[in-house]
Amino acid sequence: MTVQDPELARRNRRTATIAGGVVAGMLGLAFASVPLYAIFCAVTGYNGTPMIGGTAPGATDKSITVRFNANTHPNLPWRFAAGQGSENLPLGQEGMAFYTAQNLAQGPVTGIATYNVTPEVAGRYFHKVACFCFDEQTLTGGQQVEMPIAYWVDPKIADDPNTRDIRTITINYTFFRTLADAERAGAVANAGEHVGRRTELIRPGASHTATP
Amino acid sequence: MATASHTHDDHNDHGHDHAPGFFKRWFFSTSHKDIGILYLIFAVLAAFVGIGLSLLMRIELQTPGMQIFADGQAWNVAVTAHGVIMVFFVIMPALIGGFGNYFVPIMIGAPDMAFPRLNNISLWLLFPALVLGVGSLFVGGTGTGWTLYPPLSNSQYQAGMGLDMVLFALHLAGASSILGAVNFITTIFNMRAPGMTLHKMPLFVWGMLVTAFLLLLSVPVLGGAITMLITDRNFGTAFFDPAGGGDPVLFQHLFWFFGHPEVYIMILPAFGIISHILSTFSRKPIFGYLGMAYAMVAIGVVGFVVWAHHMFTSGISVDTRAYFMAATMIIAVPTGIKIFSWIATMWGGSLTFKTPMLFAIGFIFLFTMGGVTGVKLSNASVDVILHNTYYVIAHFHYVLSLGAVFGIYAGFYYWIGKMSGKQYPERLGQIHFWLTFIGVNLTFFPMHFLGAQGMPRRYPDYPEAFAGWNLIASLGAYVSVASFLFFFYVCYRTFTSKEPVPANPWGEGATTLEWQVSSPPPFHTFDELPRIR
Repeated sequence: MTVQDPELARRNRRTATIAGGVVAGMLGLAFASVPLYAIFCAVTGYNGTPMIGGTAPGATDKSITVRFNANTHPNLPWRFAAGQGSENLPLGQEGMAFYTAQNLAQGPVTGIATYNVTPEVAGRYFHKVACFCFDEQTLTGGQQVEMPIAYWVDPKIADDPNTRDIRTITINYTFFRTLADAERAGAVANAGEHVGRRTELIRPGASHTATP
Repeated sequence: MATASHTHDDHNDHGHDHAPGFFKRWFFSTSHKDIGILYLIFAVLAAFVGIGLSLLMRIELQTPGMQIFADGQAWNVAVTAHGVIMVFFVIMPALIGGFGNYFVPIMIGAPDMAFPRLNNISLWLLFPALVLGVGSLFVGGTGTGWTLYPPLSNSQYQAGMGLDMVLFALHLAGASSILGAVNFITTIFNMRAPGMTLHKMPLFVWGMLVTAFLLLLSVPVLGGAITMLITDRNFGTAFFDPAGGGDPVLFQHLFWFFGHPEVYIMILPAFGIISHILSTFSRKPIFGYLGMAYAMVAIGVVGFVVWAHHMFTSGISVDTRAYFMAATMIIAVPTGIKIFSWIATMWGGSLTFKTPMLFAIGFIFLFTMGGVTGVKLSNASVDVILHNTYYVIAHFHYVLSLGAVFGIYAGFYYWIGKMSGKQYPERLGQIHFWLTFIGVNLTFFPMHFLGAQGMPRRYPDYPEAFAGWNLIASLGAYVSVASFLFFFYVCYRTFTSKEPVPANPWGEGATTLEWQVSSPPPFHTFDELPRIR
């Protein structure tokens, strides 16, 4: 049965249009959350996202220990490691450190690193002035390079009650193969048989194993 | 609650004359009552698959070692299909599409839904969705769990098209839900009979109104998230892939922004049904009507700001965990208002323990049990230990599998006489209740112990130490499946019953408008609008 009363039909259309607008708005918000999430982390240092740039205010009498950690995604045929152990750095003074990377493959490979610091609350006080992680890095077959980073820790970290007990900050990188490079090299296609393909139910009488 | 002075008994019979022929009536239906019945039939069909999968899972887990599944991926495929089918194709169609479509217009005195044709589309979108979802089982399936987290759901680890089919099934089911929600909101806001103010609306209609708003706000976010997942998998984008600048945790945020309101979407209509049944069989108005209505509104509002309690182990900061823990615990307050008001409704009432009442009381017992374990799980520190264990499985099956499903059964027994004009056999209904109640408790209560002892989710095998309780849970599952089959016998006996049902078989306790029309209601209800006192 359709609605007979034209006034009611008009009100119904109005309500449905508003509801449709809400749906469109939420769908838009879902997509807008992708850049908003990144901006939110970059601005607030949320979850250990370091600040980018800024000029170091100069050394103070307090200091902090900085440790360096390196991870490599299995798809990236590189050896990637920190070039030094931990460093003790006065708050407010710019420090420099090196990572080494070597391409173990025959041909050129392009990688890019994600980065963050722990403890997570220290993100807003940890400033990176220069970093290899800001850009994609391409190494020719067998090439080995030293990659520098320049950073400083804001002296305000010693005043914030949430962070003043922090004595050590760990800076972490994970190197990934870029998507474009992986596609070029067919690295994804060559990943081999993996769990996603083994789904058939077992036949009666066949031997049973817990894992493929 | 509202009562109506109806003056159109003489109109009831000639309405049958306008009913179209079989094919046109059921396949092109725009009548909210026929669509509601089709939704219920759809839910029962899907329940066959969903319950069948859970039976396979309990056969596998009955004893240690691998029994019938080939490997972990096959197991996860069954787990995922069980979850997706039960959530999207059983509980939601039964409670929202089925009882919602049938009774919301009648309860507010409207002749039909606001957009009957849209209602028809909502229903028929679900059938291809179910075909896609079940079909995915035959082309590799989806081994991710219903949460679909990347990177497990990316094209490297789930290479087949099974996952894409499930994603499209979710798109269709989501579109169906959104259209249904628009329809419910428009109907409830614009088409109430004269005198039916919002504060006189039956609580089931309140539950459906809040549910529709939750659907409207949360389902588009799921749609966005799985669209991004589809493009990540098939078109080389990197929304959730860190190698291309994406973030897999963002998917978890988007998913649970939908997923948490979704659990209230599944339970709020059941809250409404239970309120009606308790009031009817206690022969008292519901205790604290306004508090009950606004408790549902509060649950809906707060339900949108607690999502990250599903992500306590995903690497979120301690302050964030503290907020989400506190916000989650606050939900226990409006839920407590509802539980205590239900008990207060029964207190001093003239109780009769007919089958719907048994299921309603069973609902309160089981939902409270699941709610208490929910408060325990909401503790961020405790959850680090219990996350992804069988304790969580026990918790959400107590609130959903037992809570929502008992709501469905309660609604079925309460309304089947009204919908079909044939009354269920009381003794068989009570046997069905006890079989189900014993079966599900036997299945899920031992899972608390297994989880507390550290048995993880999503594995087809386990160490010998967990064997005892798993055996008991499997035996319970067999009882539960038997009770599901017994339900079909009850249905058979109901539909072959010759006993006519009066307009109101439940007596003075049943005060809502559906008890003032004949059983079954005429094809066109309320051509003449009832006046609400």
